[in-house]
Amino acid sequence: MARLELRNVTRRFGDFVAVDDVSLSIESGEFFTLLGPSGCGKTTILRMIAGFDLPDAGQILLDGQDLADTPAEKRPVHTVFQNYALFPHLTVAENIAFPLRMARRPESEQRSMLNEMLEQVHLVDKAAAYPHELSGGQKQRVALARGLVNRPRLLLLDEPLGALDAKLREEMQVDLINLQRDVGITFVFVTHAQVEALALSHRIAVMNAGRVEQLDEPSKLYSAPQNRFVADFIGQINQLEAQVVEAAHGHLRLAVAGLGEIVAPPLAEAKAGDKGVYAIRPEQVRIGIHDEVSELKNHFSGEVKSLLYQGDVTVYRVGLANGAMLEALLPNSASGRAQLFEAGDAVKLGWRHDAGMFLHD
Amino acid sequence: MSGPPFVFLLLFFVAPSVIMVLASFRYPGEFGGLAPLFADTQTLHGLTVETYEFFFSDIIYGYVFLKSIFVALATTLICLLLAYPLALLIARSPKKSRDLMVLLVVLPFASNFLVRVYAWMIILGPQAAFSQAVNGVLALFGMEPVHLLFSPFAVLVGMVYVHLPFMVLPLYTNLEKHDPALLDAAQDLGANVWHRFWRVTFPLSLPGIFSGSALVFIPVLGMFAIPDILGGTGDMLIGNLIKEQFLGTRDWPFGSTLSIMLTVTVLLIVWLTTRLAGRGRHYA
Repeated sequence: MARLELRNVTRRFGDFVAVDDVSLSIESGEFFTLLGPSGCGKTTILRMIAGFDLPDAGQILLDGQDLADTPAEKRPVHTVFQNYALFPHLTVAENIAFPLRMARRPESEQRSMLNEMLEQVHLVDKAAAYPHELSGGQKQRVALARGLVNRPRLLLLDEPLGALDAKLREEMQVDLINLQRDVGITFVFVTHAQVEALALSHRIAVMNAGRVEQLDEPSKLYSAPQNRFVADFIGQINQLEAQVVEAAHGHLRLAVAGLGEIVAPPLAEAKAGDKGVYAIRPEQVRIGIHDEVSELKNHFSGEVKSLLYQGDVTVYRVGLANGAMLEALLPNSASGRAQLFEAGDAVKLGWRHDAGMFLHD
Repeated sequence: MSGPPFVFLLLFFVAPSVIMVLASFRYPGEFGGLAPLFADTQTLHGLTVETYEFFFSDIIYGYVFLKSIFVALATTLICLLLAYPLALLIARSPKKSRDLMVLLVVLPFASNFLVRVYAWMIILGPQAAFSQAVNGVLALFGMEPVHLLFSPFAVLVGMVYVHLPFMVLPLYTNLEKHDPALLDAAQDLGANVWHRFWRVTFPLSLPGIFSGSALVFIPVLGMFAIPDILGGTGDMLIGNLIKEQFLGTRDWPFGSTLSIMLTVTVLLIVWLTTRLAGRGRHYA
């Protein structure tokens, strides 16, 4: 049985459908992420799981039990809030012990659970400090500890890394993965940051306009997005308007106006005449002036229009014959590919026949 | 401390206090006021501690002080109990209606203070519906009718009525700033309505409670108009006593002594409460 199951959950605010007939199930011990732009309904789902909001239709089941009649304070589900919502009048220890006191656990048990948690999040020496005396990362750890200490069946995390600076965020991501593995509690994480979602999650539900666009493992979402929204939202991707010319068993032949033909991986539901886009990640596009690029199945000539030096990699924006723009990524460390191009250089772009994908409109 | 605030404090607090302290060590003038410091007549002149001896020699003054402190405490407590739910209601109302509600709270200030107190004479008067209703109920249980006006009860009603806004406003200002996410967090972590109030809202509102209480307690302690109008002849508080010394008995030195004792009492109580309050204010 799934730890948490959403069955056809719908939530409307007036005419606006915030959550539109969403069904999904989350397994015990999973690190599950709801990913999407703001207003996609991910936070509304989180609030309904926590009990701050109720679905207009559908069911939310925790270990097979409908939560509809259980108020937020009685649900064995805790939340890490966006801005932590630490109690400013309580010390770190008092903050973390709050759910234990509310659960009326025996005094000795409270103390041992508190101490264990303080050690787990490395806050033993801050136990007597007040929230305003803590750094952002420390506040974050207190919020996590407070959510985990009473061992909820589900921990909800509402963009908890949003308030941290980039470097700290990366550190906290590693901490979060380790912590989740150590405590074994099911995490439901909400974020609009796709990098964060890819790094942390076992599975991700990509949401848009109240619906789940795709639910998959991070690597599948990245390498095999099912539609244009997911392809666009997860990472960077080049898109060329294309039409299917031939849908063969082993490959797909596409026509791109003003450019020519592209050979793409096969797609079961594609047939000749279908319109859509050919999408390919920048790191799959090879860029060069040598013949090795021309030997690839798909190759075109172009001119470097601009480049973005990012330290580890450089992103080249190359204009093609039909006026379309393709981004190609070149790692600056690769010895064989250390050739740097300037804007205005004539270059060749190429990629393997099994790279990229055709996506229907 | 320097600049305008210092000058302000010097002019409006230190200087009058010094004048009062000096006056308390003088002799009263023959027809009120103060006796001259140097005179060649047979009348009393110079400095004396007579008024202080007098104050401590008669238990009646201590009694009036205690009674006044009790009335001030009772008024503060009743104001707090009435104002807290109201302030909470305003603070949790939609932003649009909050301003209107605050306006309603301060609206009584638009009419004269004395007029409002006199209004209570009518409301509590023996012919008024309220008195009739109370005595009607008492009669049902076979009890003697009571006189509501000119009683400690009427004084308390007047004190509470006049000072209620001074409790509501600081409380509202405090409660309005509370982050609603804290209540969500408390609920999420297992706190029911009762615990959410006593463990989150109430402790966070303590600064508001302390400033509201000070704004009610201090003026009530020195108030003389309300006991004069609603308390009748029997109910004398410190304020009345001081007023009596200056305007009735015309004993300025003793009036000054009483005023100093009142100021000292207030400062002592404020000092005590800030010490108590200080323990709960670690947070910004």
